[in-house]
Amino acid sequence: MKSWLTTTDHKRIGLLYFWTAFGFFLIGGIEALIIRLQLAQPNGHVVSAETYNQLFTMHGTTMVFLALMPLSASFFNYIVPLQIGARDVAFPRLNAFSYWVFLLGGLFLNASWFVGPLFHAPTLNVAPDGGWFGYANLTERQFSPGPNIDFWLLGLQVLGISSLAAGFNFIVTILNLRAPGMKLMRLPTFTWMTLVTQFLIITAFPVITAGLVFLMFDRFFGTHFYVHEAGATPVLWQHLFWLFGHPEVYILILPAMGIVSEVLPTFARKPLFGYTVVVYSGILIGFMGWGVWSHHMFSVGLGPIADSVFSATTMLIAVPTGVKIFNWIATLWGGDIRGTTALHFAVGFIAMFVIGGLSGVTHASPPTDLQQTDTYYVVAHIHYVLFGGTIMGLFAGVYYWWPKMTGRLLSEALGKWHFWLQLIGMNLAFFPMHFIGLLGMPRRVYTYSPDLGVAQLNLVSTVGALLIAVSILMFLINLVRSRTSGERAPNDPWGGATLEWSIPSPPPVYNFSVIPTVDSRLPRWKTEHHGAMRDPPATPPAPIHVPGGSWWPLVAALGLPLMALAALTHTLWIVFVGGAVLLFGVYRWAFEPFEV
Amino acid sequence: MTHAHAGPPVGHHTSLGLDSRKLAFWAFIGSECLLFTSLISTYLVYKGRSVVGPYPHEILNIPFTSVSTFDLLMSSLMMVLALAAVQRGDMKWGKIWLFCTALLGTVFLGGQVIEFTEFVHKGLTLQTNLFGCTFFVLTGTHGAHVTVGVLWLLTLWVRALQGKLTQAHAMTVEISGLYWHFVDVVWIVIFTVVYLIQ
Repeated sequence: MKSWLTTTDHKRIGLLYFWTAFGFFLIGGIEALIIRLQLAQPNGHVVSAETYNQLFTMHGTTMVFLALMPLSASFFNYIVPLQIGARDVAFPRLNAFSYWVFLLGGLFLNASWFVGPLFHAPTLNVAPDGGWFGYANLTERQFSPGPNIDFWLLGLQVLGISSLAAGFNFIVTILNLRAPGMKLMRLPTFTWMTLVTQFLIITAFPVITAGLVFLMFDRFFGTHFYVHEAGATPVLWQHLFWLFGHPEVYILILPAMGIVSEVLPTFARKPLFGYTVVVYSGILIGFMGWGVWSHHMFSVGLGPIADSVFSATTMLIAVPTGVKIFNWIATLWGGDIRGTTALHFAVGFIAMFVIGGLSGVTHASPPTDLQQTDTYYVVAHIHYVLFGGTIMGLFAGVYYWWPKMTGRLLSEALGKWHFWLQLIGMNLAFFPMHFIGLLGMPRRVYTYSPDLGVAQLNLVSTVGALLIAVSILMFLINLVRSRTSGERAPNDPWGGATLEWSIPSPPPVYNFSVIPTVDSRLPRWKTEHHGAMRDPPATPPAPIHVPGGSWWPLVAALGLPLMALAALTHTLWIVFVGGAVLLFGVYRWAFEPFEV
Repeated sequence: MTHAHAGPPVGHHTSLGLDSRKLAFWAFIGSECLLFTSLISTYLVYKGRSVVGPYPHEILNIPFTSVSTFDLLMSSLMMVLALAAVQRGDMKWGKIWLFCTALLGTVFLGGQVIEFTEFVHKGLTLQTNLFGCTFFVLTGTHGAHVTVGVLWLLTLWVRALQGKLTQAHAMTVEISGLYWHFVDVVWIVIFTVVYLIQ
């Protein structure tokens, strides 16, 4: 127990990220199921309108910030140091700090489900209820007097700190801790996409932080950043949110693209087609992701020039994405394909992401977009991209790297059940939403009239959601089965080309008994002068220094939710306690002997 | 376990040849730029949109703030001298210059306290108008950064007095200097945008 609380080992932190994020993923999934049960038939009575608002807000917020981002972070942590031939990340304690802040921030946000009575609310649940993009001025104190929005804006600020700290850490890790010979253009694609993602994180999160700080001041100190009567414009929030929000979309999808770019070559037994182009497309997406945010705002009425420019940039960004899709297909073409579960998910990713991408291009045209804004069509699009895209990609990663992370194989048979149920389930759940939206059903409304003519489609969607739940149950069974009776994984169960497969599963605490020297992009398949590289010896030829654990990242992390609690309860002395805890943790951290 | 001889020791040898902490700090500064860009942009977007006074030209005291700006600029010079002293192992002057940097930083903060108090007396608070909101949040965020910097420099100064900060820690001083100069540069932008260009 103590060793887990004080751990600074990137592999353990990766596992902590995985289980925590997966827990939040299940919570977000249960929220989605309740939403679907409510909408299964017209005039549903499963939950009240107020609770429904909280459900869709927390579903979105949880999935984006507490499930998908940290599930990606789980692989950043576990896999990236292995892929670059490092013994840990650049700042192991900062890494632990990121995890604890994420966990505490997630718990803080979800505490809002149970603490209504403490705020003299009539209900148990006072969860955020302003939608996952919390548009001003609905979020102002005047229109949202309860603690709901406070939980949201404080929780997101805490979580932002976690992501930022991890961002700096991984940028330095990838740039500075590469094994000898691991040039940038020899980095595995997943590591490359991780690097691009971290740059997006460290640039996008400060922008939403500014927006959240304004909102916080409006709610707590009576400023007027989003108050129309004072001359301000609520559209400022939309700009700040989407300036963050669109890069955020790529923060969510690029890691999945990286995973797919690892899985396809391994199971097609072919190098990735056009590695350089895939890498540069990823970088280009990272840059262009900053120039499309106003396509979320066509209905604001920004004027024909702004609309045309953002329409054009949005269509343009489909180009590097399309390039990647063709590269993946070309990687499969003529390959010696093994139909593993990981490959199923990777191919599923391509297919579903293409559908999501196509509906995305339809939003790029302002006249069409005006028909789709705030309808279920948009909900269909985001779920094809984030569920069909990111989740499929992450599951490809789970089936691919699970043996490395735990030393046990997952069942391929159960995995295929999981895949097919999930694929069918998601298409049943989300495809009808395109029609539901075009037929006129708005999103975020807790019920609908039978006259709208969307009852059957909604029922189909709910059945699909339940099927997804069954598929996730299959996955859980698979995880448990692998833990109790899973076959032991060898170093390299798949014949992978990258460095993580050259060491035992799970890797020893020091990762590499000898730091490898790399002289090709696919070191375990071929090198420039010889055949495949030789794997490091099973036992280290010399003793290896492994940094010990530390309590201080956890202590420092505890200060942040304390300060958030202070704001939430309007209690000044807790601010000082939280600040003191943070400061104490940081000082002890800075001055403890800790050799990396 | 003791020190490694298998493979390059992490933290000393790096792929880019740059110190890892320094690289992380540059990334952090990049990130901070976006934070201040958002704050400054908001100030500019809301400029001239206040529906009630006091307005900037009625209240901003350029001569006073010019003095505190000069003070902050001089603190950057002290920082340069502090780093140079520590790098050449002259801890006596290193201590003096570190203290002077922190002192000038504190003077700047004192100036900000005086300025804020005066504005409040003249009727400009956070709640008064958009100018008040954007001005106080922007300059307050900057002031919070200066405060962190002062605490950091004083910590280094105390460590130096204890003899625990030596020439070997020049990189630590260099990184705190990066932060200090960055906060200084941000102030020059704020001074120009908020005070000089009205």
